[in-house]
Amino acid sequence: MATSVLSRALSGDVAWSFRHSWSARLSALALVILFAAAIFAPLLANQNPYDIGQLNLFDSELPPAWVDGGDARYWLGTDTQARDVYSSILYGLRLSLIVGFASVALAAVVGISLGLLGGFVGGFVDAAIMRFADVLLSFPTILVALLVNGIVRGALPPAQHQQAAIWVLILAIGLTNWVQYARIVRSSTMVERGKEYVQAARINGVSRTGIMVQHILPNVLGPVLVIATINLGMAVLTEATLSFLGVGMPATQPSLGTLIRIGNEFLFSGIWWVVIFPSVVLVALVLAVNLLGDWLRDALNPKLR
Amino acid sequence: MIGFLVRRIVQSVFVMLAVALIAFMMFRFMGDPVNSMVSENATVAERDEVRVRLGLDQPLYVQYARFVARAAQGDFGLSWRNARPVSSLLAERFPATAELVLVAAGLSLAVGIPLGILTALRPRAFSTQALQFISLVGISLPTFVTGILLILVFSVWLGWLPSYGRGTVVDVGWWSTGFLTLTGLKALILPSVMLCLFQLTLIMRLVRAEMMEVLRSDFIKFARARGLSDRAIHFHHALRNTLIPVITIFGLQLGGLIAFAIITETVFQWPGMGALFIQAVSFGDVPVMAAYLVLVSLIFVTINTIVDLLYVVLDPRLRVEGTRGAH
Repeated sequence: MATSVLSRALSGDVAWSFRHSWSARLSALALVILFAAAIFAPLLANQNPYDIGQLNLFDSELPPAWVDGGDARYWLGTDTQARDVYSSILYGLRLSLIVGFASVALAAVVGISLGLLGGFVGGFVDAAIMRFADVLLSFPTILVALLVNGIVRGALPPAQHQQAAIWVLILAIGLTNWVQYARIVRSSTMVERGKEYVQAARINGVSRTGIMVQHILPNVLGPVLVIATINLGMAVLTEATLSFLGVGMPATQPSLGTLIRIGNEFLFSGIWWVVIFPSVVLVALVLAVNLLGDWLRDALNPKLR
Repeated sequence: MIGFLVRRIVQSVFVMLAVALIAFMMFRFMGDPVNSMVSENATVAERDEVRVRLGLDQPLYVQYARFVARAAQGDFGLSWRNARPVSSLLAERFPATAELVLVAAGLSLAVGIPLGILTALRPRAFSTQALQFISLVGISLPTFVTGILLILVFSVWLGWLPSYGRGTVVDVGWWSTGFLTLTGLKALILPSVMLCLFQLTLIMRLVRAEMMEVLRSDFIKFARARGLSDRAIHFHHALRNTLIPVITIFGLQLGGLIAFAIITETVFQWPGMGALFIQAVSFGDVPVMAAYLVLVSLIFVTINTIVDLLYVVLDPRLRVEGTRGAH
């Protein structure tokens, strides 16, 4: 039973569905390209935008290569500090994805643990967790993320804000998005709890933690995959929004959202390329993740087959 | 009905107390207020005296009760950043946010409902397909990117509309309004369009889905059999039954609008509460964050309660069930 997710993912049905959904294939292709670009950013980039020594101020505010006055070395142009827009996007994409994946992982771990605990133990613990989840869910994600962000920032000394920025973001986004995991894991745990294999494990004297982690957990992980995929899009978007609002990644370590914020400040100088290109990459990333998530949800849902 | 009302209000009070607890914990565990009130070389005795004066020597639940009592009167102390009472900071920013949110909410209803009806009545028309596609793109675009695009097109390239601020505002009592001047109205356009787009697409899709569902139902078939005109069927019978879920979603989304106004206010440098909150977050200004949290939660909870009550008032089926004992 533990292999059910994997075997289903590799089974003919899903593969067939993938081959016949152009949006799934297209978004998978886009994601492979974007992930590769993020992983190999140092090899693909023309310069390291964090290294001030590599910047030449004479090259600042150059338009893209195909526009009049563009320079072939900087094919997407440069910003006011002579940073190559193309290279900054590669590094920014990397940071956005790191924060995205890490916060999804955090949310999944917190959500699965609480869902498992609530579903298995039941009673007061369950009620407390789920009430809290309800209240959390009734507030918009961005507001909760901002609040956690503000609390963590307030607790840290100001000197550490820049270094800790990435951790603050992961914490803020991760702690905001765990509710969905908890709900779905809880409901499947409640179903699994009564099954014979759990009783058998109990009779064999396996501890409660052992039953939860070794026996129930593998059987409730299926739907988590779909939520995690859709959540990645949300997480990347939340990170971009927080960074855009100026409470995310600092300008010395720009993620895609920070790049858009920097570009936004110079919008009126007519330097449109600094804001447009990172936005296009961000939208492409989020759209691809969402389309793939939608497809995955339909493909793994037996009712729709 | 009365029982439902009481239950609902008790529940809201509990949610507000929980929110107040979070706000209280923020005050209590983020930084020591004593440090910011005494000089650096104060003796332990002096510190203790301040501690007693602030009531920090009391047990936590007493402090919490005092906090709730003061919060209920709108007293959140001084902002750590600019040493002014938080309540007056929020009060002078409130009208800007309220006007923005109201205009955006109105726009999303005024445009979303007709578009939803249109696309439901003509499911195969080219205009419907186009609208569906545009709405999909609209939902996928991050709101701040939409805002930037609006500024780029309408302010930078075309130069038609202002891209920041509220224009000239007129003070009516303590309320500063942008509705009464031309620049104020012009300044409202781009921000409210940006803020309403997501809600608009949501309402359009919802109205469309509900309307198509209702149009298939038996009572519509019966109305057709009675020989009623299309107009009467669509607007009198179908639309009325469509709007109940729309009201629920709209109510819930009104809270969302207030939260998303934070982003809009940042993009358009709109001097509202959201912009104030962002400053507070980046400086770790606890009193402002706590007050904003409590105020926004209060608005959320109030809206949710009203929506739940409206639901009962509007849907006779729920009403019958709720008052069964009275018959």
